[in-house]
Amino acid sequence: MRTYEESRPSPDAFLKVAQAEENEKKQAKLKIFLGYAAGVGKTYAMLEAARQRMSDGRDVVAACVESHGSNDTDSLLEGLDIIPKASIDSMGVLFSEMDLDAVLARRPQIAVVDELAHGNAPGSRHGKRWQDVEELLTAGIDVYTTVNIQHFESMNDVVAQVTGVVVTETVPDRLLDLAVEIRLVDIPPEDLLQRLQEGKIYIPVNEALAAEQLFKPGNLMALRELSMRRAAARVDYQMRAYMESRSIQGPWPVAEKLLVCVSGSPYSERLIRTTRRLADEMKATWHTVYIETPGAGRHASENRERVWRDLRLAESLGAQVATLTSTSVAEALIGYAVKNNVTKIVVGKPTKPRWREFLSQPLVDRIIRLSGSIDVQVVSISEEQKRSTKGVSQPVSSTLWPGYLKSLILVLATSLVCEPAHRYLAPTNLVMIYLLAVVYAATRLGRRPAVLTAILSVVAFDFFFVPPRFTFAASDPEYLITFGALFTVGVVISTLVSQSRERAEAIREREVQTASLYHLSRDLAVASDLPGILDAMVRNIEESLGAQIAVFLPEGERLELNRANSELTLDMKELAVADWAFEKSSPAGRGTDTLVSAALLYLPIATSGDVLGILGVRLGSESDYASPLTRRLLQAFVTQAALAVERVHLGKQAEQAQVLQARDSLERALLNSISHDLRTPLVSITGALGALRDKSRVYDADAWEELLDGAFEEAGRLNRFVGNLLDMTRLESGALKLKQVPCDVEDVFGCALAALEPQLGEREIEVRVPIGLDLVKMDMVLMTQVVINLLDNALKYTPLNSGIKLAAGLADHMLNLVISDRGPGIPENDLKRVFDKFYRLPVPEGAGGTGLGLSICKGIVEAHGGSIRAENRGGLQIVVALPLT
Amino acid sequence: MRPHRRNHIASNPKCSANVPRVLIVDDEVSILRFLRSALDTGEFSLHLAENGHDALVAATAFRPDLILLDLGLTDFDGVEVIRKVREWSQVPIIVISVRDADDDKVAALDAGADDYLIKPFSVAELQARIRVSLRRSSHQASEPLFSSGGLEVDLSHRLVVVRGKEVQLTPTEYDLLRLLVNHAGKVLTHDQILRGIWGATFAEHQNVLRVNISNLRQKIEEDASRPKHIVTELGVGYRLKSE
Repeated sequence: MRTYEESRPSPDAFLKVAQAEENEKKQAKLKIFLGYAAGVGKTYAMLEAARQRMSDGRDVVAACVESHGSNDTDSLLEGLDIIPKASIDSMGVLFSEMDLDAVLARRPQIAVVDELAHGNAPGSRHGKRWQDVEELLTAGIDVYTTVNIQHFESMNDVVAQVTGVVVTETVPDRLLDLAVEIRLVDIPPEDLLQRLQEGKIYIPVNEALAAEQLFKPGNLMALRELSMRRAAARVDYQMRAYMESRSIQGPWPVAEKLLVCVSGSPYSERLIRTTRRLADEMKATWHTVYIETPGAGRHASENRERVWRDLRLAESLGAQVATLTSTSVAEALIGYAVKNNVTKIVVGKPTKPRWREFLSQPLVDRIIRLSGSIDVQVVSISEEQKRSTKGVSQPVSSTLWPGYLKSLILVLATSLVCEPAHRYLAPTNLVMIYLLAVVYAATRLGRRPAVLTAILSVVAFDFFFVPPRFTFAASDPEYLITFGALFTVGVVISTLVSQSRERAEAIREREVQTASLYHLSRDLAVASDLPGILDAMVRNIEESLGAQIAVFLPEGERLELNRANSELTLDMKELAVADWAFEKSSPAGRGTDTLVSAALLYLPIATSGDVLGILGVRLGSESDYASPLTRRLLQAFVTQAALAVERVHLGKQAEQAQVLQARDSLERALLNSISHDLRTPLVSITGALGALRDKSRVYDADAWEELLDGAFEEAGRLNRFVGNLLDMTRLESGALKLKQVPCDVEDVFGCALAALEPQLGEREIEVRVPIGLDLVKMDMVLMTQVVINLLDNALKYTPLNSGIKLAAGLADHMLNLVISDRGPGIPENDLKRVFDKFYRLPVPEGAGGTGLGLSICKGIVEAHGGSIRAENRGGLQIVVALPLT
Repeated sequence: MRPHRRNHIASNPKCSANVPRVLIVDDEVSILRFLRSALDTGEFSLHLAENGHDALVAATAFRPDLILLDLGLTDFDGVEVIRKVREWSQVPIIVISVRDADDDKVAALDAGADDYLIKPFSVAELQARIRVSLRRSSHQASEPLFSSGGLEVDLSHRLVVVRGKEVQLTPTEYDLLRLLVNHAGKVLTHDQILRGIWGATFAEHQNVLRVNISNLRQKIEEDASRPKHIVTELGVGYRLKSE
């Protein structure tokens, strides 16, 4: 597919440059001194550069530099701040490794770290030195480092091919891409060999054999070329990015997209590296896909291990990785290719023997057939040196012998059954009974015992029932067809049945996982607080994975253990690992690259933002730690939990915001009310008094009286309002202290009526208190205030001559005080809202109050542990219910 | 505006030795002003003090017949002033307080104050209280007969007549009524009543008091839910109203 690229720079190009620029600004700089063999002078060049920086005034330390006795190197080290190595004890042997923490604490501007590909001793924080370097970079420290070309992942197999040496200490290619500068240190191979002879090159003992291989002239030349090519490719990439961002047209190839499929076979690794190289050459992006098929059950665990490793390798080499599930590998692969606009699919040459092609079309052919317009590139995968695969291969024999035995017994039993039937049935019908046995074997015993059953059935049938009996000969050649058919059908049935069983098994497994995720999300949906969420998470994970869980949460500054399964023992080392995972927000522990010797796997509970905690997991079996399925499930669980925790946090924040908002609006209402309600009475008072002071006007007696009465009444109103405000303030501030004493309810009513004596006028007031009603514990002063407020309301909002009733009674261990009037009542919608602060009903004549009275009542009643409600019953009825203590 | 005059022995020219002498103590200038205007009718001889210290000095120098004392003094605890005065004098003391300071009022009354007023109060109320307090002090010998609004009590004969009909009281109820009658018009705190009758101040006995008051009311009040004679002083105690 050729696409025409327009003059405008593509967004991708901008992104690349922008990202590179940002990385430059944000992150520290990595400078790699690249060579093709030991002894070319990388360390020397690096130290020279470092000294120059030092003389420029930068803060340079030698974090990890080995001089190996070379005088030249030693002299360069002079004057540099050298950070002593840390001693790590691993199984009784002392190793000295770079002291990462010391360097981090020292915080230099530039750290000089030799041997990027070095593997750290077990017990170090990271497995590899390049991970240490990454940590230094993240902390903002520039790093100068050295590395040989053969240590890079993508080069690994080529180097192995060319030189015959397999390099085990590898560095991911992304570090090469990360480096801001790559300095190629190069000397002609002849000079290098000379140096070797002069003994100027240090080769560690364990590499002596490999070095012998490497230091052959042919190999050296090949390596040199590799390193030059790589460095050149890098320059080319930078130049391209630059040109693209400024939309300079250049002769560059089209944007290709590659796709390679891993299958769990040992050759996938080779394929992946090849694809990476192809991608490099073509300047293409590439994808790696693993397609999970139901029938893979048998070699499950070792397969999984390999697949996991291959996928991680692909990722580290820069591929986009995906896992698909399907019954047909070819279809799924093509589907993915089409969806992602893949231009070329890379497959390996078929390796299975020819005869198998009769049974099923090889994958390559199927892919080619379905590929349509997508190119398919077939690469050869030659036999490579056997690598020891991690993972336990199933000892096939031990688990299957019982199955074989059972199938033997089954066949014998069937024969016994057929013996009596033999007299009445033709032999060909007996075949059916044997077939039944094969079907039974397929469903119960598994594939191989079923096949064995098929074979044994043929044999038994021949021996026992085909004339001449009890011989292996057959009288009628037609029986050969019977034998053939019986065998074929038997094998086919066993295969089909066992396949469908495996499929069902896989589906069931998947269903169990989906169910457990569903249960988790359902539990999390109802959990309303942090402990609830943690409970749901721990319970679900432990149940569905058969694991033991520990949860760590931050308390203030530090990470603390929140809960742990009783079977786990967590010592300081484990806590340290958890701490590290928390700080870096990255998985650590068993099954990862970092701190692998820990007993548990530590996963950060995080969403896109902060880390909320750490989950420590101990799984049932070793292989589960690396299993992609388990890891995905764990990640899904952890993400769900993190989301739930975030939801709770956000909910709390929203609540607080709401409270603040409510308080704000209350304050505003208060100010409004005060300014209005304080001023209004003053209008009458000052007005009246002012008028009366005015000597220029003369008022008659009635006018005088009216002015004075008005002023007096308003003064009373002002007084009441001030009282309300004070009550309200005390209620709000929580300064209300109840003085609960046994009170006479009749007395309470009496006091309230006495306080409002002047306003009662001509009204009919009915007081109904049962005779002999016991004294009830309450705060007398406050409850009287409640009745006063309720009465006041009744007086304000009802016609002047309508009656008011005050009643008390006991019901359900509660004292009920009922104040009812014959007024217009309150609209149904407002019955609850009247108790809100500053809520006023629109009143026909301005008899309006402050809007505080009822809310004060509510506050006081609720402080007693009681309740208050309003009802419309021939007027308004307010019921106060107080608990009898 | 008249300049404020402090510490006058006499503040109006109409003073004579027979007019009761009233000492007013309040640190709020506006209230002093109001009180003086309200009481400056010739009935009393007035003296003003603005703080507790001056009040004590005036108490000895002026020898008032009644002290009006604001409990909210800043320099001196009002209750302290009362205690000090009570050390050497039984002069009637009326305290002025605010609505919510029940504890202060009770403490003042227990320390020896005779009555109280709640701000804001009317002049009528003020004058009524003053009258009652002065009457009490001038008639130290308790009167055997009490009559007010339909209630007649003859202490010498243990006779209680309500609206013409004789009423039978239990011994406790009678003791209670007698105590109230002896202090008619004045407020009695719960403690004072309990001590006077039951001789105890335990909180549990409050029940007994309330029950007896309730029963008494049932017997002597026209409408027990709207008592006219035995009035509850909220948060403080009870008062028998006298005309």
